[in-house]
Amino acid sequence: MTGCFTRLFAILGKEVQQLSRDRLTFGMIVGIPIMQILLFGYAINTDVRHLSAAVANQAGTQLSRQLVADMQATQVLDVVQQVTTGSELKTLLDRGEINIGILIPADFERRLQQNNRPSAQLLIDGSDPAILSTARALTNMEFQLRSGIKPARQQELFEVRNYYNPERRSSVFVVPGLIGVILTMTMVLFTAVAIVRERERGNLELLINTPVKTSELMLGKIIPYIVIGLIQVTLILLLGMFLFHVPVTGQVLDVYLVSIIFIAANLSLGLVISTIAKNQFQAMQMTFFFFLPSILLSGFMFPFEGMPRAAQYIAEALPLTHFVRLIRGIMLRGAELTQLSTDIYALLVFMLITMSFAILRFKKRLD
Amino acid sequence: MNPDNAIESTNLTKRFGALTAVDHINLAIPRKRIYGFLGPNGSGKSTTIRMLCGLLTPTEGAINVLNHDLPREAETLKQKIGYMTQRFSLYEDLTVHENLDFIARIYCMPKSQRHSRIDDAMQTYRLAELARQFAGTLSGGQRQRLSLAAATLHRPELLLLDEPTSAVDPQTRRDFWDKLFQLVDDGTTILVSTHYMDEAERCHNLAILDHGRIVADGEPESLMQQMDSYVVEVESSAPRQVAQALQGLSNIISVTQLGARQRVLVNKRQTDAKDHVQRLLDAAHIETECYATHPSLEDVFVTVTNKQTVADAV
Repeated sequence: MTGCFTRLFAILGKEVQQLSRDRLTFGMIVGIPIMQILLFGYAINTDVRHLSAAVANQAGTQLSRQLVADMQATQVLDVVQQVTTGSELKTLLDRGEINIGILIPADFERRLQQNNRPSAQLLIDGSDPAILSTARALTNMEFQLRSGIKPARQQELFEVRNYYNPERRSSVFVVPGLIGVILTMTMVLFTAVAIVRERERGNLELLINTPVKTSELMLGKIIPYIVIGLIQVTLILLLGMFLFHVPVTGQVLDVYLVSIIFIAANLSLGLVISTIAKNQFQAMQMTFFFFLPSILLSGFMFPFEGMPRAAQYIAEALPLTHFVRLIRGIMLRGAELTQLSTDIYALLVFMLITMSFAILRFKKRLD
Repeated sequence: MNPDNAIESTNLTKRFGALTAVDHINLAIPRKRIYGFLGPNGSGKSTTIRMLCGLLTPTEGAINVLNHDLPREAETLKQKIGYMTQRFSLYEDLTVHENLDFIARIYCMPKSQRHSRIDDAMQTYRLAELARQFAGTLSGGQRQRLSLAAATLHRPELLLLDEPTSAVDPQTRRDFWDKLFQLVDDGTTILVSTHYMDEAERCHNLAILDHGRIVADGEPESLMQQMDSYVVEVESSAPRQVAQALQGLSNIISVTQLGARQRVLVNKRQTDAKDHVQRLLDAAHIETECYATHPSLEDVFVTVTNKQTVADAV
């Protein structure tokens, strides 16, 4: 059999024709990015500020007062009460009057000189994960304090510096990740129903009786959606820029390059679902089954570092985890692709495995 | 394989779990003929056709279609066969022309050939005025013409049609069969499944399927002549009573009411069929007039499927 591009283009052209007539899907392509970006940008605010705090300053020295003042200067916490013992802090926490307790022991300054012991203690209301992660940031600050302290440079070490999001606006942090979330949500679903729909409508029985090859069928279904994915990326970038002034610190071309790989990875996964699901409803269920862990474990919502080891392993297998790292790296830190090669390879491997799996699983038969 | 045959199969069997859908079928279907599968729903017609075009893998048995062994050479065969599915399987959200164009591209036709073939098909199947209409808005007959146009666009040697006329009116069916005979004149072999007697009668050759087995095969005419029963028509003023009186008696195969008449099939062992029926009805004190008549294909169908049921019971 002579291979021919005509068949690939036949499938491709047909997909585009059908898509242009499917108003609901068309609305989804544009509607989901707009809805999500407005939702996450305006309504959901993960900035945690002005947590109530109490201090038990048992040291009572100049240095310990300086520490408390610096912590307050971050605006993360407001000191609402001064107490004397750790158990009093615990009581206040139990009653829910404060979110954070700061215990500065009497030997605070001696501890500061020793690198093997923490200098002070933070008591945290861990029932709210947002507070927990914010408080973690404060611990990091203290870590800076502990390591390699030299009296001459004390002033500088107390300073809390925020490099990537100085105003602590969550939209800056959320929008890049949102590109990944929206692409996961729409791309997987598009191809997940693509083949199932043909099977349900009876088209597949006709199609598999023609000389069309499995690879032509799969690629013909993927390529139009890559273009659609890039349109979505552009839309989110523009909305992010105009509504929330989200910067693209790195190369815009790099944003598109990693997006193409990520889109292809998600589309291939959709095809795998399409070869397993018996009807469109099942395809949607499976997509959701994949979407939920992606959103929760990828580091888009909760910091990756805070997750248990097992969850981290699962997260490493999800394309969104790698994409969130890539896109934040490029857009916020201005990283080069060469610095992010591990995550790019991870996405490529995921795409190759799922694509091969889809092609192997799809049989031009009915049994 | 006999080169005059388009399809041959030996002991072709398909099981789905405990169900045997097709049970040791042997076929020898000659080229350039219309070969019919006649049988009720669930008799294994569709499953057999799907195995013959490589869509299903047989559980047992061998198939050779157009000198290709199946399922091994299924992909090569796909260029040479056309298949019309029982359910409309073209894209409802594409227009008539777009559907045909898509099929032409899938078969890798060069541009000029694509145009001429599509134009031809539009003429032959009276689709020209529907070219820009979405396939989903077509009537049953129009859909069927479009399906046949699509299935024959690449000029297949063998055409497999799975109950192509189940959703269309009698006039449309007549037109459809005219087209089929035209295709046969052009050298195409056609395998068609149906549950309509009048259609079955128009085939060159016929196999009657029941419970996955071929219970009779041959030319429709000879099937009727060689039938294992006599046909007696009974005219009376009380046809329901006639049916009740004859039902279940020895050598009576079936009783079918046709208006005021009852059509009675009598086993061939009963050589004096007409007199036998008359005697039975006289004994039941029903006034009737009986006369022997020629068998129809439906009589053949009832006789052979009845024999099958009896054999199954034993």
